[in-house]
Amino acid sequence: MSGHVSITLASERVNHSVAANNEIPRFFTPGEVVCDLHDFMRGHGTYVEDDKIKSSVAGVMQRVNKLICVHPLKSRYVGEIGDVVVGRVLEVQQKRWRIETNSRLDSILMLSAVNLPGGELRRRSAEDEMAMRQILEEGDLISAEVQSIYSDGSLALHTRSLKYGKLWQGVMVKVFPSLIARRKNHFHILPCGISVILGNNGFIWMGPQAQNLVSREKDDNLVSASENEDNYDCYKGLQTVTRSNREAIARLKNCIAALVASKMMLDVTTLIFAYEESFKYEEVKELLDPEAMLDVAFLTQHRLNTIMDE
Amino acid sequence: MPGPELLSSQGLRLDGRRPDELRRIRCKLGVFTQPDGSAYLEQGNTKVLAAVYGPHQAAKSKLSTEGVVVNCQYSMATFSTSERKNRPRGDRKSQEMSLHLRQALSAAIKTELYPRSQIDIYVEVLQADGGAYCASVNAATLALIDAGVPLKAYACACTSSVAWRGNHPEALLDVGHVEEAAGGVCLTVAALPSVDSIALLEMSHRLHMDYFEVVMSRAMQGCKDIEIILDKAVREHLAEGWTKPDVITI
Repeated sequence: MSGHVSITLASERVNHSVAANNEIPRFFTPGEVVCDLHDFMRGHGTYVEDDKIKSSVAGVMQRVNKLICVHPLKSRYVGEIGDVVVGRVLEVQQKRWRIETNSRLDSILMLSAVNLPGGELRRRSAEDEMAMRQILEEGDLISAEVQSIYSDGSLALHTRSLKYGKLWQGVMVKVFPSLIARRKNHFHILPCGISVILGNNGFIWMGPQAQNLVSREKDDNLVSASENEDNYDCYKGLQTVTRSNREAIARLKNCIAALVASKMMLDVTTLIFAYEESFKYEEVKELLDPEAMLDVAFLTQHRLNTIMDE
Repeated sequence: MPGPELLSSQGLRLDGRRPDELRRIRCKLGVFTQPDGSAYLEQGNTKVLAAVYGPHQAAKSKLSTEGVVVNCQYSMATFSTSERKNRPRGDRKSQEMSLHLRQALSAAIKTELYPRSQIDIYVEVLQADGGAYCASVNAATLALIDAGVPLKAYACACTSSVAWRGNHPEALLDVGHVEEAAGGVCLTVAALPSVDSIALLEMSHRLHMDYFEVVMSRAMQGCKDIEIILDKAVREHLAEGWTKPDVITI
């Protein structure tokens, strides 16, 4: 058996930093004095001691009028209302699901915050509570929106739109939440026919396009009608995924890994660029090589820079 | 009063350091991708890995509404000492070390911010050459910073011992394994140097009160020196990983 094996010494590890044309800002580290308390208010990442505002995390300072915040380079997901998240069901409880969303407390999805077959305004009956596990069970992946934030900081989610809900077939990648760029839209269909959900919480979902968005959005009525017929049929989301789709998903996953290794912000533009640049490498598995990863990230950054210059 | 010969006639120690010198510290943040934060730290030949998970939802049995639960686990690799030995995780020594780690780190973490949450800190000693506890605290601090956990200040730890030069006591900073094994006192201090507070103080053997002040101030000085080194490493790490939030849209 002969395969391609590449072994590098620890001292010759690839440096993944991509020279982006940005100047280094002023950094603050824990315990460092940011400013006097007199003129400013303390925000996240800061605390007050001896009439001084001090930083409690390592990162950059942001000032909004009189409010001083220090943002760490990476941290757990801090939810905001309206964010699109991807999460995994941990537990089915009375009238609600517990969802893992990379937040510091588990998120809650209430039974009243999901679309049930039979229309928006249906009363949730005891039978619905019994049948909760048929809608979502432990280990399922969902996409959802942050509806509100409880006083203890945990998130309340809702899936009351047809674009949210259970995710059937595809791949999930976890990245740092701070690498996801905030955009108007986090649901995308890439030119290669893959639908991508860039969750604000750093969970990225990729799946074949057909079942997820198009069919549902185009004929709402038809789907809700069919949901009525075979209510809670747990196999309705399954279909054969073609080989080309599988390869595209795998390539996309490797592109994301390359961008993350070089700490580049992820949005649909960078994803498409990286995906296109990655065709320099014919086989998907070649992208796992650290040099190839750096190359893809570098080419992507280069294309971004040329767009920025124009 | 004569103790073991820890200082040569030139005033150098067994490994050639001056009494107030630290061993070389090298460190790196973000060595793993799976945990929320991680760090590797070398202090001379003592090598330590630390990983931090959380803050995440606390287990029901541990849940506290006052603040975050800090959960530490200290373990030593089989090959970490000269004598190869399998150390089960729950043995007395590592249990005690875990408790001490928790004390030092929960003094630094702003625990009141995250009720109902839990932070897990795992420390693995890869090579023990004296001062494993200090290296663990320093590495865990770096891992916590990497994870973006709010801290009051850096938590640094350092040891110091005492040697005799004629009848003069001379405090030795950052005790190595050879000096530790030679007997004599060993004072371990975990402190938050920038706010001048002590999180943990431990001493092996007995020391006359008259000499305590010298040993203590030397250990505190060591903590301050270590803080400067850690701060530099954190700033380098930030500069390396910084990406400007971009503004382009299509």
